Amino acid sequence: MTTYELIGNGIAAFLTLCIFSFLYKDNPFYKFAERLVAGVATGYFTMLLFWTNFQDKVWQPIFLNGEYHYIIPAILGIIMWTRFSKKYSWISRYSIAFYIGIGSGVSITVYLYTYLFKQLQATIATPLTFDVAGLNIFLVVIAVVSALVYFFFSMPHKGLFGAVSRFGIYIIMIGFGAGFGLTVMGRIALLVNRIIFLKGWLLELFGG
Amino acid sequence: MKREIPILLVGITGFAMLIQYFIPTGWSEFIFTYSQDWVIVIGILAMPLGIWSLVKANVSKLKVPGERFYSAVLLAGFLIMVLTCLKRENLEMGSLHMDMFTYVLVPIQATIFSLLAFFIASAAYRAFRARSVLATILLLTAFIVMLRFLPLGPISTLNLKAVSWILSVPNMAVNRAIMMGIGLGATATAIKIILGIERTYMGHD
Amino acid sequence: MTFLEKLMQIDRRWIYLAIGLAVIIPTIWPFDVPVTVSPEVRKIYDFVDEMEAGEYLFVCIDYDPSSMAELNPMAIAIINQAFQKDLKLLFVTLSQFGPGLVEQITSGLAEDHNKVRGEDYIFLGYRPYPAIVIMAMGVDFRVPFPVDYYGTPLDEQPIMDGIKNFDDVKGVIEITSGSTADFWLIYGNGRYGFPLAIGITGVMSANFYQYLSSGQLFGIIPGVKGAAEYEKLVGYPGEGMAQMAYQVIAHTVIILFIIMSNVAYFATRKKRQQMGGGT
Repeated sequence: MTTYELIGNGIAAFLTLCIFSFLYKDNPFYKFAERLVAGVATGYFTMLLFWTNFQDKVWQPIFLNGEYHYIIPAILGIIMWTRFSKKYSWISRYSIAFYIGIGSGVSITVYLYTYLFKQLQATIATPLTFDVAGLNIFLVVIAVVSALVYFFFSMPHKGLFGAVSRFGIYIIMIGFGAGFGLTVMGRIALLVNRIIFLKGWLLELFGG
Repeated sequence: MKREIPILLVGITGFAMLIQYFIPTGWSEFIFTYSQDWVIVIGILAMPLGIWSLVKANVSKLKVPGERFYSAVLLAGFLIMVLTCLKRENLEMGSLHMDMFTYVLVPIQATIFSLLAFFIASAAYRAFRARSVLATILLLTAFIVMLRFLPLGPISTLNLKAVSWILSVPNMAVNRAIMMGIGLGATATAIKIILGIERTYMGHD
Repeated sequence: MTFLEKLMQIDRRWIYLAIGLAVIIPTIWPFDVPVTVSPEVRKIYDFVDEMEAGEYLFVCIDYDPSSMAELNPMAIAIINQAFQKDLKLLFVTLSQFGPGLVEQITSGLAEDHNKVRGEDYIFLGYRPYPAIVIMAMGVDFRVPFPVDYYGTPLDEQPIMDGIKNFDDVKGVIEITSGSTADFWLIYGNGRYGFPLAIGITGVMSANFYQYLSSGQLFGIIPGVKGAAEYEKLVGYPGEGMAQMAYQVIAHTVIILFIIMSNVAYFATRKKRQQMGGGT
C-alpha cells in the first residue's frame, strides 16, 4: 500500500468508525458521516449522469450528430421540470403519460409470461413419478395451491377452504423462516467486510 | 384538457406497446426501438429533479441554526465531487473524484448497511420466540438454515440436505404462489392504467 | 426481577458488543472452514467452463457499495474464470453507484490477466430505467449505449464487431442486490429468452428458487456462501472464503442468543401467566 492509499484508507477507517459509533447512540460524528455520504453520493451521480448520460444520449446526438428526432424526448424530459411550479405542473403529465403508457403496455405480456405462465407450467407440467423427486413435485403442487388459497380473501376461510388455508400459512412460515436464515448470513457478511477492511488497514499501518 | 389528453396518451401508447408484441414487422420493431430510446432520454433529463430538490432543501437549511453545519457538510461533499469531475476522464480510477468514491462513499455506505448485522442479532434475541405454532415453525426453519454454517460433522451433511430441500420445495412453492399473485396484480394494474381507470400517477390539480 | 427476567430485557447494546466481539475472534485466530458446493452454483460455473475462448459473456453488475460485501467476491470470481478462459466480456450496470464498482473491479482484474479494454472486454456504462434499458439492449446494444462508459463509440471497438444484441452472447449473468433481478427475468429472459443466471444477496436469494425450477434461471449464487463456493470452484480464494470463518462464529453466537432467549421466555412464561401478563 502506498502512503496515499494508507492515508485514503485511514480516512475510510475513520468514517467507518463514525458510523459504528451510532451503535452506542446518535452523535455528531455519525451525523457528519451520514450527511457527507449524502452529498458525495449526489455529487457523484450528478457528474455520472452529466458525462455518460446527458453527453452521450442528448448533447452529442442532437448537437454533434444531427439526430434531431431526439429533440422530442428532450423536450418531454425538460417539461418534467414544470413539476416545481404549482401553476404549470400539469404540463409534466404529458411526459409522465408517455413513459407510463409505454411501461404499462410492454409489461402486460412479459409479466403474465414470467410470473404466471412459466410458473404454472413448472407447477403442473412436470410429470409425477413414484420416487423422492416425484413426491417433492407432488408436495410443491399441494404447497402452491395451499399458499394461493391462503392469499385468496374473497371467500371466508372456513371449513375445507379454511383447513387448506391453514396448511398454506404453515408452508408460508417455512418459506419465511428460510428467508430469515439467509438474511442473517447476508447481514453478517456486510459487517465482516468492514472488519476485514479495518484489520487490513491496521496491519498496513503498523507494518504487519 | 389537463387530465384528459394525458389519459388518452397513456391509452394510445400503452395499447400500441401491447399489440406491438404480437406484430413481428419492421415498423413494429421501429416503434418499439424508438419508444424505448425516447423513454431513456426522458429519464436522463428527469433524474436531476431529485438532485435539485436535495440541493435546494439543504441550501435553505443553511439558515437553520441546528442544521447549518450538517447541511454545509452535505453541500461541501456535493461541490467537491462536482468540481473534481470537470472532465470525463475523472470518472476513471486514479482521479481525485474516484478516490472520493473509494475512500468516502464506499466505506460509509457499506458501514451504514453493516449496522444491520447488529440490529438483526438484537431482533433475533428479542423477537424470535416460539410464542405460537406459526412462530415455532418459522423459528425452527430459520434454525435449520442457520445451522448449515456450523461444522457439526455428520449432522452437517444431513443439515445441508434439509436446507436444500427447504429451499427447493416449501420455500420455492411459497415464492411461486406469491409471484403468481404479484403477476396477476401487476397485470391488472397495468390494464387499469391503460384504460384510464388508475390515475394516481397524475397527481392532483 | 429474577436473572431470567433480566436476561429477557437486556440492553441491546450488550448484544451489539457480543456480536462485535464475535466477529473480531477470527481476525485474531483465523481458521479454515470447509465449503460444500451447491448444485445451483455449480451450474453457473459449468456454464462458463463449457464456453470456448472468444465466446461472449454478458455480465451485469447491478449493486451498490451497500451490498458489495456479498457480491464483489462472486463478481471477481466469475470475471477471473472468464478471463482465464479468454472469453469476451460485456459489462453493464443499471445501478446508480455501479459504474464506480465496475471501474474498480475491471481495471484491477484486466491488468492481472493482461486484458485490453475494447478488445477483450467492454464496459457499456449506466443508464436509468432498468426495464427500458434491458428491452432496448435486446434490440441492439447501441440503442441505449451508442458509446461506452469512456465515450468511445461501440462501432470503433473490435470487441463489438458482429455483436448486435443478446442473440450474439452465450448468456447473461446478473449480479444484483435488488429489484434488477426481476427486471432481467421479466424484460430480458421473459422477452428475449436468453440464458440467465443471477448472483444475489442472501436476503433476496430465497425469492428466486422458483425460477431455477421453471428453467427461467440456469443458476443462482446465493450470497456470500455462494460466492465462497464459486471461489472454491474457480480456484481463486478471495473474500468469500475468508468470510466463512466469521460466519461460523457469528451464526453460533446468534443461535445461542435465540436459544437463550427462548429458554428465558419459557422459564418465565408461567410466572407471567399467573400475573395476568399473557404469553
